[in-house]
Amino acid sequence: MYNELVMDHMLNPRNVGELADADGAGEARSASCGDVMKLYLAIDDGVITDVRFQTYGCGAAIASSSIATELIRGKTLDEAWYLSTHDVVNALGGLPEAKEHCSVLAEDAIRAAINDYLARNGLPARETAAGTCSDCCRHDDGSCPGPEKR
Amino acid sequence: MRAENERPVYMDHAATTPVRPEVFAAMVPYFSRFFGNPSSLYTFARESREAVEEARGRVAAAIGAEPAEIYFTAGGTESDNWAIKGASAAHRRGGGHIITSSVEHHAVLHTCQHLERQGFSVTYLPVDGYGRVDPGAVADAITDRTCLISVMSANNEIGTVQPVAELGKIAREHAIPFHTDAVQAIGSVPVDVDVMNVDLLSLSAHKFYGPKGIGALYIRNGTEIENLIHGGAQERKMRAGTENLPGIIGLGKAIELAAADIEGYTRRIGGMRDRLLAGILDAVPDVALNGHPEMRLANNLNISFRYVEGEAILLLLDAHGICVSTGSACSSGSGEMSHVLTAIGLAPEMARGAVRLTLGDANTDDDIDYVLDVLPRVIERLRSISPLAPPCGDREGT
Repeated sequence: MYNELVMDHMLNPRNVGELADADGAGEARSASCGDVMKLYLAIDDGVITDVRFQTYGCGAAIASSSIATELIRGKTLDEAWYLSTHDVVNALGGLPEAKEHCSVLAEDAIRAAINDYLARNGLPARETAAGTCSDCCRHDDGSCPGPEKR
Repeated sequence: MRAENERPVYMDHAATTPVRPEVFAAMVPYFSRFFGNPSSLYTFARESREAVEEARGRVAAAIGAEPAEIYFTAGGTESDNWAIKGASAAHRRGGGHIITSSVEHHAVLHTCQHLERQGFSVTYLPVDGYGRVDPGAVADAITDRTCLISVMSANNEIGTVQPVAELGKIAREHAIPFHTDAVQAIGSVPVDVDVMNVDLLSLSAHKFYGPKGIGALYIRNGTEIENLIHGGAQERKMRAGTENLPGIIGLGKAIELAAADIEGYTRRIGGMRDRLLAGILDAVPDVALNGHPEMRLANNLNISFRYVEGEAILLLLDAHGICVSTGSACSSGSGEMSHVLTAIGLAPEMARGAVRLTLGDANTDDDIDYVLDVLPRVIERLRSISPLAPPCGDREGT
């Protein structure tokens, strides 16, 4: 059902845990299936220097969380903000279609953690623009009907 | 400790079982040697015909029925479909009303939902926290339009055994045909159609060490039922299609073996099951047994592990060569939880952490030791990843 890379991230997730002195922390919950992800970021001069996560969820949720932490480490906040679920699924070499929704969690957690960092530093929060599909992973071509229509 | 991946530790006997060597041996001659079509008239086909009737006799004997009341089908799902669609159609009274339970197998539930779309009304009876149907609720649900009552003998997910004899008695008092899906019960609990007061009973060979693709429907003499599969005159014009000859032979042998050793089997398997449960409860905090502590199939454990998700447990156990199944599936994307675990009132977080382990002939005492070594470490590992789990030292029992 899952490819080898997904299984590797499932069985040996990278960057698990908490960062005691995180510069930003965020949590995402999936309304549809109850998955929960917490993400902790160390940020230096606009760059993510360290990252940890904790995830409650199925194999796809854990693997997506794990690879997302690898994808954003060393990236700027701007790059991390625009990491899409599509990027996460691609980096994993694909997920079964029925499981693609599990990867949305990572995108949401990253954005929540970045906004937490911005708030801690007195900066305005970024907003998830309509159509970027933070609650859905099938419409990254801009055709997203929006969360309210799902 | 045995080496990992030496062989799979198979703990999913409720999904399917390995074919017993004696069963396989009995089937072999009927593939290429006695391959004749049981319906053919020449002498060569007589061996096939006689073997089918001998198998029919074995199935009948195993459940206290007459051979003429046994009809071979392609398995439990077909038997359930036939019983429910066929009996409902034959007994339809002004639209028709069916009573079933909310914890039935999908072969029953989805068939009932199909009939609802055809104009039938269906009562899905609730169950108690153990998954048991209240016979009083069945009696209360009966209307003058009720044309069929269908309640399973034992549940496939949590192993809860239903008070089938009582339910059947109520159905009989109201002259309503009573069907039971006994797919999980055969070989694990005594099944007798007269003791259980059933008119229709579904069974499937691959759940008791027979081959896949073969089952039977028991139809009590005098029970009105319409055909499901139309075509040739096989099975006394009740179920068309050339007989699955090797499958039928395998079913006959498997049910004979299963029915002959229910006591020994349940003692053997139940002993291992009880040791496994005690070991898990001892080693892992924040767990709960789903289903009834006693009124359950001897091979069944369904356990919820708080703070972790069932599929993740399954995958980690699989990496250690252990085969189990989950109580939930988020594969649909709708967060669809087991209808059985929902029906017994389990909180979503407990239902999502449910794992089913079903033991059987494939298991040894070493397997129990192995699972008791691996499973607690798997749960601990997943809890160390989970944001919901309290830190290790704060947890109850650690």
